[in-house]
Amino acid sequence: MSRLGSASGYRRRKRQQENMRKEITWKEIKYQKTLIIWAILFVIYGFIFYYLPLGGWLMAFQNYKAKTGLFGSEFVGLSKFKWLFNDESFWNTVRNTLGMGIINLVTSFIMAIVFAILLNEVKSTGPKKVVQTISYLPHFLSWIVVTGILQDALSSTGIINEVLMKVGILDQPFNFFLQPKLFWPIVAFANLWKETGWNAIIYLAAITAIDPELYEAAEIDGAGRWQKIKNITLPGIKSTIMILLLMNAGNVLNAGFELQYLLENGAIVDWSRTIDIYVLKWGVSQNDFSLGTAAGIFKSVVSIGIIVVANELAKRTGEERLF
Amino acid sequence: MINVNQTQEKRSKVFNANTAFYVFNAIFMIAFVIITLYPVLNTLAISFNDGTDAVRGGIHLIPRKFTLHNFAVVFRSQNMIQAAIVTVGRTALGTLIALILNALLAYIVSRKDFLFKSELSLFWVITMYVNGGLIPVLLLYKNLSLTGTFWVYIIPGAVSAFNMLVMRTYMLGIPEELEESAKMDGAGYFTIFLKIISPLCKPVYATVALFVAVGHWNSWFDAMLYNRMKIENTTLQYELMKLLSSAMQQSGTATGGGNAVGGNTVTPITIRSAATIATMAPIVLLYPFLQRYFVTGLTLGGVKG
Repeated sequence: MSRLGSASGYRRRKRQQENMRKEITWKEIKYQKTLIIWAILFVIYGFIFYYLPLGGWLMAFQNYKAKTGLFGSEFVGLSKFKWLFNDESFWNTVRNTLGMGIINLVTSFIMAIVFAILLNEVKSTGPKKVVQTISYLPHFLSWIVVTGILQDALSSTGIINEVLMKVGILDQPFNFFLQPKLFWPIVAFANLWKETGWNAIIYLAAITAIDPELYEAAEIDGAGRWQKIKNITLPGIKSTIMILLLMNAGNVLNAGFELQYLLENGAIVDWSRTIDIYVLKWGVSQNDFSLGTAAGIFKSVVSIGIIVVANELAKRTGEERLF
Repeated sequence: MINVNQTQEKRSKVFNANTAFYVFNAIFMIAFVIITLYPVLNTLAISFNDGTDAVRGGIHLIPRKFTLHNFAVVFRSQNMIQAAIVTVGRTALGTLIALILNALLAYIVSRKDFLFKSELSLFWVITMYVNGGLIPVLLLYKNLSLTGTFWVYIIPGAVSAFNMLVMRTYMLGIPEELEESAKMDGAGYFTIFLKIISPLCKPVYATVALFVAVGHWNSWFDAMLYNRMKIENTTLQYELMKLLSSAMQQSGTATGGGNAVGGNTVTPITIRSAATIATMAPIVLLYPFLQRYFVTGLTLGGVKG
């Protein structure tokens, strides 16, 4: 016990030493000049490509024209935002983005955890490895490829229609891509298909890290499989789940672009278009940079808000947090 | 006697529950594998099938009327060849540059004695959460004359905070003692990076390189946004995307007829499948050899320390 205590004390002291910042002196600067020069180059690069675009947010408050540029265009205050907030189709995109984002977030979490727990129960290593390897292959396919595969699977001669017709649910092929009500579930399914195996890797790693003695003790106490999962496995991976939920919460508004863009058609556009596509249509196709930027700012602000709220909630409940 | 019977009964109940569970689990895993693989194999079968014949449907895992014509059409298209060259080029060059820059930056912020390490880390971590958005970025690239060039694929995305942090975490785990002797010999920071740190970082370098390479291979949006007018800078995924949307539009009308090419027919559907297969083939073929690096990468980077 005392040995442990002193070891951790030593480690703490060492960490404090490491974290203690060296004083900034000319001697030190001269010694580190290589590092400092590189650091400056990286700051310049980062400033240009990551921070400079933030200056473009000015456009949202202007009537931006390419001819007059960022500094010569007329300022119009909040009128672009007013137009945006009065546009019904914009609110549709907000609803769609949030709706699909949340459905994707929830379903992918549940599926990944269920898959990880079940895969962990597969005791023979051979089949386990094979299943796992296959499970995360789709993660490395592009959304374009996934869309192509999805179009084949859901086409009038595809497997889904074929099965549904054989079972007798359908009399004739059904066009899935023209159904507004089915669009969100299709996106959720495609997302599960692509990412479940990949998302499960991290839970599998967390499950492996749980002390096997806990399971043995539970077995001696007569706990069944379900009790072991409920009382040991799930609590054991709880902190991983919380961290990932937090990290992904901020991405809710990013959860939809490619599939929605590729599958969009007139019949479903009210339920498929997301904020990103709205920005693309107005900003690039219609060349209204100001409106596109305004919608982009709205998205960024809401995203950061979600991260902060999620972080605050996690802090209140005493869970892990990001910052 | 009764007691023994009871325990036996209990045991057999547990045994039954266990068997039931294993059977259920096996069925679940098999279903999972089928759902994952079937659509891919089905697209593969369609890509090797005659166009008009494919429209009749009913093709599952084996082509009914085998032909290589779909692939011939895909590979003969001038755009596809150019796209393949550009995609291979951006994947190779983009990965190399990203690897060097991210490793250098990770090395700098992982130096425990570096005077500004926390400021520099924060500067990059912020970029993970705040960004200007699509339109301001497009405007910036226009002003920098990056749009319409090949370099728009390479330069802007080269350094990413996430990849840098993955590498940094790995570098921080390397014991300082290893550098000590080199330092005593008077080695500078760059020599230590090149001779001591980099050889030890091979696993994490491989992981990040693979992530970046897959990202380059799979990207299409930058081609559409920044190089729409420059056909010489098109990429494979963007060409595939164009095929998909045209097949989508024609699928209503083109179900009946196909274009005859030397006795065989091709239709938008079979072309689409062939292009899909051709585009994903390199990743699927390399996948078995590389997948262990992918997994290392996720466990390294996923759990934020």
